Amino acid sequence: MRNIERSIMDRDFVRLPEAGRFAHVIVRPSVSYWEDVFRRLGTDKVALASGVVIAVISALSVLVPLFCKYDYDATDLLHINQFPNAQHWFGTDAVGRDLWARVWVGARVSLFIGVGGAIVPQLVGIFLGGVSGYFGGWIDMLIMRVIDVGVCIPSLVYVTLIMLFMGSGPTAIIIAIAMTCWMDSARVVRGRMLQFKNREFVISARTLGASSFRIIFRHILPNILGQQVVSITSAIPTAVFLEAYLSFIGLGIQSPMTSWGQLCQAGSGYYRLYPYQLFIPGAFISVTIMAFYLFGNCLRDALDPHLRD
Amino acid sequence: MDGKFVEVSNLKKYFHVGKRQILKAVDDVSFSIERGSTLGLVGESGCGKTTVGRHLCRIYEPDEGAIRIDGRDISHISQRQCRELAKKVQMIFQDPYASLNSFFTVGEIIGEAFTIHKMFRSVKERRDRIRELLEIVGLSAEHANRFPHEFSGGQRQRIGIARALALSPELIVCDEAISALDVSIQAQIVNMLIEFQRTMNLTYLFIAHDLSMVRHIADDTAVMYLGALVEYGATDAVYGHPAHPYTKGLLSAVPTPDPVYERSHRRIVMEGEVSDPINPEPGCRFYARCREAEKLCGEVAPPLKKIGGNHMVACHACKEKEGERST
Ligand SMILES: Nc1ncnc2c1ncn2[C@@H]1O[C@H](COP(=O)(O)OP(=O)(O)O)[C@@H](O)[C@H]1O
Ligand SMILES: [Mg+2]
Repeated sequence: MRNIERSIMDRDFVRLPEAGRFAHVIVRPSVSYWEDVFRRLGTDKVALASGVVIAVISALSVLVPLFCKYDYDATDLLHINQFPNAQHWFGTDAVGRDLWARVWVGARVSLFIGVGGAIVPQLVGIFLGGVSGYFGGWIDMLIMRVIDVGVCIPSLVYVTLIMLFMGSGPTAIIIAIAMTCWMDSARVVRGRMLQFKNREFVISARTLGASSFRIIFRHILPNILGQQVVSITSAIPTAVFLEAYLSFIGLGIQSPMTSWGQLCQAGSGYYRLYPYQLFIPGAFISVTIMAFYLFGNCLRDALDPHLRD
Repeated sequence: MDGKFVEVSNLKKYFHVGKRQILKAVDDVSFSIERGSTLGLVGESGCGKTTVGRHLCRIYEPDEGAIRIDGRDISHISQRQCRELAKKVQMIFQDPYASLNSFFTVGEIIGEAFTIHKMFRSVKERRDRIRELLEIVGLSAEHANRFPHEFSGGQRQRIGIARALALSPELIVCDEAISALDVSIQAQIVNMLIEFQRTMNLTYLFIAHDLSMVRHIADDTAVMYLGALVEYGATDAVYGHPAHPYTKGLLSAVPTPDPVYERSHRRIVMEGEVSDPINPEPGCRFYARCREAEKLCGEVAPPLKKIGGNHMVACHACKEKEGERST
C-alpha cells in the first residue's frame, strides 16, 4: 500500500523546474479604463446600432439643410398638402413648405434642445449637488433650502416668465428646462456624494493627504459620472418632449422656425387626411428617443467597471 | 513627558444624529503606543474603534482631548499640516473591495501618494518605486497595470498595504485589516505585517472585532465597549487574566483547537443587546449585560483603575480579583 502511494507521488507530482514562470500569466493585455469602455461599446451590437442611428440623424441634420434645393420656410401655395413624391420626399405642409427640408431643420433644433436641455441642468446639478454633499455645513443648508422652495413653484411659472423675457428661441427653452430640472440632479448627486465621501477609498485618499479638489475630481466624480451620463442620455428624450409640449401650448418654437415638436403639432390637426405630416416627424422623434435610450443603457453597462471581463 | 510615540488622552467625539440627539461614539478614551510596538484595539462592531483610528490620521477632528504623535499635538492642525501628517501616519482598511478606487490601476493607486506629495517625479523613478512596493507585499511588477477587480481579496489587501507603505510612514492604523479575509489569508497578512514592523520599525494600531489574531500581533491590548475602554494592558495579561466581564465574554467566544478544553469549559454567553450609544444611562455601560453587576454599577460609571503592572480595568467588581491573583 505504502509503496503504491509512493510510486504515484513520484510519478504524478513532479516539481516544476521554474514554478515562478507560470505564476503570473498575462490573460489579456491590460488597458486603461476609457480604452476598455470604448472596446466594450464597440463590441456591443445594440450600442453600435443606436450609435449609428444617432450619428446619421445628427449628420443629416447638419448636411441636409445646407444642400436641399428647397428652403425650410419657402411656401408654395400651388403645391400644398402633397403626399411624399419624387419632388418632395416627405411631401409638403398646409402652406406648401417642403417637409424633407423642415424635418432636418427641425432635427437641428430638436437635437440642440434635447442635448442642451439634458446637459445644462445636469452640469448645474452636478456642481451644486456636489458642493452641497461634499462640503456640507451652511452651503449645503443654503442650496437645499433653495431647492425646497424651487420645487414648490410650478415649472410652468418659470417657463412662462423666461419665455416672456427671452423670447421663444431654443436657448430660452434650454434655460427654462435647466431651471426646472437642475434640482433633481442636484439632489441625486448630493446623495451620491454623501454615499461616496465616506467610502474607504476616499478616506484613504484623505489619509494620503489629497486635496478636496483631487478627491472630488479624481475619486468621486468618475464614480458618479457614469450614472450621470446615463441620466443625460435618458434626459434627452425628456427634453425633446418638453420642447414639443411647449410648442404645442404655443410657448415653444414658432413657425416658420420649426422643430419636430412643432411639426407634429402642425400635423396633428389634419392627420386623418394627411397622416404623413404627423407620422414622419413622429417617427423621427420615436427613433431618436429609442436610440438615445438604448445607447444610454449600453453606456451604463460599459462604464460600470464591475462588469468588465 | 514619557515620550511615547502615540499618546491619546481623554479623546471625545460626539456625532450629532437626527434632531438634537448626540451619539457618543468615543467618550473619554486614553491610551499610548510605544514606537515600534503594536496596540490591539478590540470590541464589538459599532463600539467606536474606527472612529478612534480615524482620529489618528486626522480624518476626524476631536471634540475634546489631545492626540500626540511623536510629541506633536495633531488634534487641531490645518489642512496643510494634515498633508505632512500623511507621511507619518497611514491606514489599512477593512473592506478590500471598497478601499481601492476601481477606476485606478494598481500602479495609480500606489503611486497616488507620489503625485500628491510630488515625490519620485521622473517616470522611471516612480515606476521603480511602485515595482519595489509591489514586490515587498508579495505581488509582482506586471500587476501595476491591472485594475483592482482582477485580484482576489487577499491580493487587494496587499495592494492596500503597498499604498499605505508608499510614503514610508511610521504609524499604520490597521482598521480591521484582516476581518474580511479567509483565515489562511489572515495569517499570511498578519505575518507580513509583523515582518514589516521588524524591518521598518513600524508602529501599529491594530483594530479587530475578534480577539484571535490580535494575540499574535499585539504587544498591548485595549478592549473597547460603547465608546470607552473597559480593559487595557499587556496582551499576555489581558488574555491570561482577563478582569472585565466583557473581556471574559469575548475571550470565551474564541474557539480553541483543544477539544478537551472546549468540553470542560462552558462558554460565557453574553446576553442582552448592546445598549444605545445615544443617551446612555448613568452607571457602567455594560451594566445591562453584566453577570457580575452590583448595585453600585447601575449608578456610578467605573473609572479605569490599575490592577497590576500596566493592566487597567474599568469595573467595580474587579477589586477582589486583584487579591486573588497576588496570592
Ligand atoms: N460620521 C458619523 N456620523 C454619525 N455617526 C457615526 C459616524 N461615524 C460613526 N458613527 C457612529 O459611531 C459609532 C461607532 O462607529 P465606528 O467607530 O465605526 O465603530 P466600529 O469601527 O467599532 O464598528 C457607531 O454607532 C456609528 O454609527
Ligand atoms: Mg469599524
